[in-house]
Amino acid sequence: MTWRALQTAMAEQGYIADDDLAMAVHLALALGRPLLLEGAAGVGKTEVARVLSQLRETELIRLQCYEGLDAAQAIYEWNYQRQLLSIRAASEDGETGRSVEARIFSEEFLLERPLLKSIRQDTPPVLLIDEIDRADEEFEAYLLEILSDFQITIPELGTITATTRPIVILTANGTRDLSDALRRRCLYAHVAYPERATELAILKARCTEIEDKLAGQIIGFVQSLRKEDLEKKPGIAEMLDFAAALMGLGIADLTQDPAVLQASLATLLKTESDRFNITTEVAQRLAGKAA
Amino acid sequence: MSRVTKFAARDPGPTARLVGFMAHLRDNGMRLGVGEAELGLEALTHVEAIDPKDVRHALRAVCTGCVEDVERFDDLFDAFWMNGGRVATKTIPTQTSASDHVHSSRNAAGADMSMGAGAPSTPDGDGEEPAEADGEGKLVASLAQATMKKDLRDLVRPEEIAEAQIVAQRLGAALRDRRSRRRKQSRKGDRIHFRKVIRQSLATGGEPLHLAKMRRPERPLKIVTLCDVSGSMTTYAQVFLAFVAGMMRTDPTADAYLFHTRLVRIAEALRDKDALRALGRLSVLADGFGGGSKIGVSLTQFAQTYARRFVDGRTVVLILSDGYDTNDPELLGAALQKLKKRGCKIIWLNPLKGWDGYEPVARGMAAALPHLDLFNPANTLADLAALEPELTRL
Repeated sequence: MTWRALQTAMAEQGYIADDDLAMAVHLALALGRPLLLEGAAGVGKTEVARVLSQLRETELIRLQCYEGLDAAQAIYEWNYQRQLLSIRAASEDGETGRSVEARIFSEEFLLERPLLKSIRQDTPPVLLIDEIDRADEEFEAYLLEILSDFQITIPELGTITATTRPIVILTANGTRDLSDALRRRCLYAHVAYPERATELAILKARCTEIEDKLAGQIIGFVQSLRKEDLEKKPGIAEMLDFAAALMGLGIADLTQDPAVLQASLATLLKTESDRFNITTEVAQRLAGKAA
Repeated sequence: MSRVTKFAARDPGPTARLVGFMAHLRDNGMRLGVGEAELGLEALTHVEAIDPKDVRHALRAVCTGCVEDVERFDDLFDAFWMNGGRVATKTIPTQTSASDHVHSSRNAAGADMSMGAGAPSTPDGDGEEPAEADGEGKLVASLAQATMKKDLRDLVRPEEIAEAQIVAQRLGAALRDRRSRRRKQSRKGDRIHFRKVIRQSLATGGEPLHLAKMRRPERPLKIVTLCDVSGSMTTYAQVFLAFVAGMMRTDPTADAYLFHTRLVRIAEALRDKDALRALGRLSVLADGFGGGSKIGVSLTQFAQTYARRFVDGRTVVLILSDGYDTNDPELLGAALQKLKKRGCKIIWLNPLKGWDGYEPVARGMAAALPHLDLFNPANTLADLAALEPELTRL
């Protein structure tokens, strides 16, 4: 599959990728390298993984990172409660120590977490490691090891080697600076807020029944809103919510009713000071320009 | 689009050209190695390697690693592959001095390896005219930039760094964060460490006799120091720079910046193993040392750029400044407010506060006060050391 074909296929699944992103995804698939996607919140980084799993018709395994994420949540954990019960039952049955040990540290008592799960599938799944910059440096280092060897060592069971190599997508939005080592291991694509034409295509792909005039106005409005000095710029998800809100309210023209427009800004502006700064006058001016 | 570069007839082929391109990127400050060149070649086998557009996209995915790289990539690509149909003289450029991002401390990496006065690696390789080397510098120069260049090695002695190192170590230890969510094994924990209990119970026939516990470990906070080296601070800069240098050497996570009329990151320069050489590299970065101060502008710049990447809820921002600002005090207030929003703690150490009867009269200082977690005097190393109990309470 060429990267153009991939781009078209993604578009059919409802994801409009620009050339850079399509090429990066194509290379990640062709070279079997992890892909690091960076960009502001709400530009559709996570969505890439979802679309890719639909395209390849495989499972999407997601690992949401957070501060303090540890091996027990990311890789594997023993089912302690079952182990305890089993040990007690065994002692009553008179089972010997060695056989109990072999039994309670077997696959049956192992709880798979996303990383382990992703390397033990029959078909290569899409492994999404979301917001990697939220996890701490130690986890990042561990992840590097897994991403290079695709094997996990469990002391009680031995080394588990990957049956298939997952397609790995990492996302980051700059909470913390990632290490050079991780960056070097991955292909990289920066996902920016889309161009007008791209965003319009996204809107039309997602809201099929939207009218051309309103769609154009919405995109014009949101794009000029991003140029304002905001604390949190509206992403694509917000834009889609905004469009859905307007359509739900039966609005056909943005400039039609200032009060309704102001109320529906709740879908775009998510902090108090942003709401305060975009007054009715500012919103009307932007809407007027977009019309 | 400009036309594709023509390569000389005796050019050894595509591999050499790609290696040449990698060297070209490396010369421009990107960190690429043989691995990337190999990956780049492999990537080109998966696209139409004769289509410039395909090659551009493909190599961008392979060669870049952060937003700054992405922004520069197009120009660098054009410069190498699209130089208007002219014949490239050499496929692989010879090693030239690395020209890097001027504000980053990386650019001092290669320079001044000898103990000489320090040849800065500004793009034109000429440190005598910082104003020309840096687009921003010209404007700055007309306002307040001091042309006099001070060598920081005259100001700070290595023994002082050693002393400061001890102080910095103690202060770092005083700043402990108690919010880690990852539990570790501990004798007096608040939760049962199941993994260990099961392991131990095997020895006693499945009877868990000892309950192993785990608790949240205390984690050190990351310290980011912003040191004012403007004219009014010259007398105190000695102590503070020694302190910052000491801090950087004890704590691998610490980060440091200098500011006068602009902000410069000095963390990497200060991590040099040789204390004196670190200061030499610092001198290269600190053009304009002893000039005017623009605290508001520098802090705003910090809040908008570096802070987004390096400052979080586990960070203490330590500002060493006298608060005499040539900018609007409101700017300073707004910058600190923005910084505060990242969840960090802000400590301001002011040398002037140490004077008897000093009130924070500087307007900038007054604007800053509501956003500070701690506002203390400090103008000697002993003062800094005395801060320890205060920091423990934070």
